[in-house]
Amino acid sequence: MEGEYIKFGKNQVSTEEYLSSGHRACQGCGLAINIRLALKVLGKDTLCMTPASCWSGVGSAYPDAAWEVPWMQTLFENVSAVAGGVSAAFDILEEKGKRGHRKINSVCFAGDGATADIGLGALSGTLERGHDIVYICMDNEAYMNTGIQRSSSTPHGASTSTTPVGPAFAGQQTQKKDVPAIVAAHNIPYVATACVSYPFDYMMKVRKAAEVKGPAYLHVYSVCPTGWRSAPNLSVEIGKMAVETGIFPLWECEDGVYKLNVNPAKLKPVDEYVKLQGRFRHFNAHDIAEMQQTVDKNWAALKRKVEASQVSA
Amino acid sequence: MSKRVPLEGSFATAEAARMADVDVIAAYPITPQSHIIERMSEFVHNGELKAAFVPVESEHSAMSACWGASGAGARTYTATASQGFFLMHEVLYFVAGMRLPVVMAVSNRAVGPPANIWGDYSDAMSASYTGWLQVFAANNQEIFDFTLSAFRIAEDPRVLLPFMIHMDGFTLSHVVEAVFLPEQEEVDAFLPPYKHPYAYNPDNPCCYGSVMSPATYGELKKAQDVHVRGTIPVIKEIWKEFGDRFGRYYKPIDSYKAEGAKTLLMVAGGLSETAKIAVDKRREQGESVGLLTLHLWRPFPFEDLYKAVEGAENLVVFDRAPTLGGPTGPIIGEMKAALFGVRNDLRVAGILGAFCGRNLEVTEFEEVIDRGNAICERGSQEMVETVGIRG
Repeated sequence: MEGEYIKFGKNQVSTEEYLSSGHRACQGCGLAINIRLALKVLGKDTLCMTPASCWSGVGSAYPDAAWEVPWMQTLFENVSAVAGGVSAAFDILEEKGKRGHRKINSVCFAGDGATADIGLGALSGTLERGHDIVYICMDNEAYMNTGIQRSSSTPHGASTSTTPVGPAFAGQQTQKKDVPAIVAAHNIPYVATACVSYPFDYMMKVRKAAEVKGPAYLHVYSVCPTGWRSAPNLSVEIGKMAVETGIFPLWECEDGVYKLNVNPAKLKPVDEYVKLQGRFRHFNAHDIAEMQQTVDKNWAALKRKVEASQVSA
Repeated sequence: MSKRVPLEGSFATAEAARMADVDVIAAYPITPQSHIIERMSEFVHNGELKAAFVPVESEHSAMSACWGASGAGARTYTATASQGFFLMHEVLYFVAGMRLPVVMAVSNRAVGPPANIWGDYSDAMSASYTGWLQVFAANNQEIFDFTLSAFRIAEDPRVLLPFMIHMDGFTLSHVVEAVFLPEQEEVDAFLPPYKHPYAYNPDNPCCYGSVMSPATYGELKKAQDVHVRGTIPVIKEIWKEFGDRFGRYYKPIDSYKAEGAKTLLMVAGGLSETAKIAVDKRREQGESVGLLTLHLWRPFPFEDLYKAVEGAENLVVFDRAPTLGGPTGPIIGEMKAALFGVRNDLRVAGILGAFCGRNLEVTEFEEVIDRGNAICERGSQEMVETVGIRG
């Protein structure tokens, strides 16, 4: 480790900033915190790639740039394939003696639309081929940059601009796609979920992701106050609530062995989470009960998966 | 010393990529391109070429991986055709706009529907405005020579643009011809190592592909256009050096028996060799006709065109791509546009054919000459006239 550090108990965090202030993110944007903290771990020798997303305008609208490391905007659906090409090139150039040994992290910061929807095929291919990349999906549960349209990662019932609340249909009609489970099915060395409300857990996971040889994937819960109709000062609070209710459990999977990083003895009821966000404003008691049922079912299934993997390991 | 070996067109381009010591090949199989990438994977797996063969899950990812690899400083090669070419289409613009010297062979094939596998230029013509440099090869020697010189041109610091080599699907890609191959030392002397001045480098952090507003986008696109157009002198300079080293000289437009010809037939790609025989026959009969073989499609060779048609009265352009609902064929239309106001005395006729691998005989090229001349004499033609196609 180089440079200056600040200690937080047993954790220490670099004082270096590779995402400069003055970017255009909304107040309380989860993405900005994700990227800032990740870069503190990844350091200078990092190439960041973002597909079409809020970060097209937020971090790098010409002639401004908030990036202190090389950064590239890719197409919506190909960020993982581009990153795979970068990683393949660095490896072969070193092997051919055309480049000295220097590990440069190829890192994708992508939204849920780019990951769960339009870029899922490319992501699957990149993971299967084993390229040495770090892929961080910043899941804010809709297409926020284009104006809060639903994605396959939008939770059931949430109101978006393409799943509005009307008398015939109210909100998202489908269940959230379980992308980290799909990624884990590729048997890559490291998969984890994370949330910046747990910053040290998140940064530990970024470090592990960067250190493994081969693809690593982090699925990061990212509050979007603008899209979720939530108060910007509550972003960290909402993230904690998502974890404590079991709506967004924190787990990691190393070489097929799952571990729960936060394991509350008793989950908080989901209504505490729901009431903080305007996207669920239309929820009645029945909707909340239905959501609670889904969360309980998913939580139980996750715990069974974790236990089973630990037994077989 | 070069040696002469039998090679199908697919192997000719693959051999050039091997001799260029490419670092990364990212590709997805499609007929009639598959022999190219099969051969590249053999080179890598047999240890004849030290390179990363990235077997992607789609052509979109093929071109995307080429983008990442080229930007990271690797000499990068791929190949595709038809539907695969269309799937990578949006990425083509980015690779050009990012100034990445990726070299790609295209085994030209028709586009569906109907589903098909045979050759025409529907795929090639869809990329005319992507910012790629593009040539049409007429035989397997040209496929080798154009592929090898493409790396040198594309990677030249004055160019830094991607380069595609169009080669007829099946009729070149799968046909064996004798090809002169140079020695490796000769190739190494011709082709210096690839070095991109703005390769991804944490010591010199850059932003690539930033969002631009209406306040600057137009200026950037104008600059890009000026740059693409301005590469012709470099292309000619490198082809000249290629000729000096290897003995084969190329020009944007080749003239055959064209001097003093009243009528010039223009054909791109492999069929230009059939057209040559038609011209020979007509010359023997005393007819004043010559052939222009169109090699360089992008940037469009305006000055070479004006020079090539000097003294001619009729230009008969043959085209291999339907433009549904548009003005005639793409090459015909662009030739007319380029000549308008410059050579208003030159009468231009356009005839389309040979779609989807439909064979075109020498006699049919004679028909093209006759009908073309008649159109020029008449001074008018149907918007779309075809040869060898019923209906």
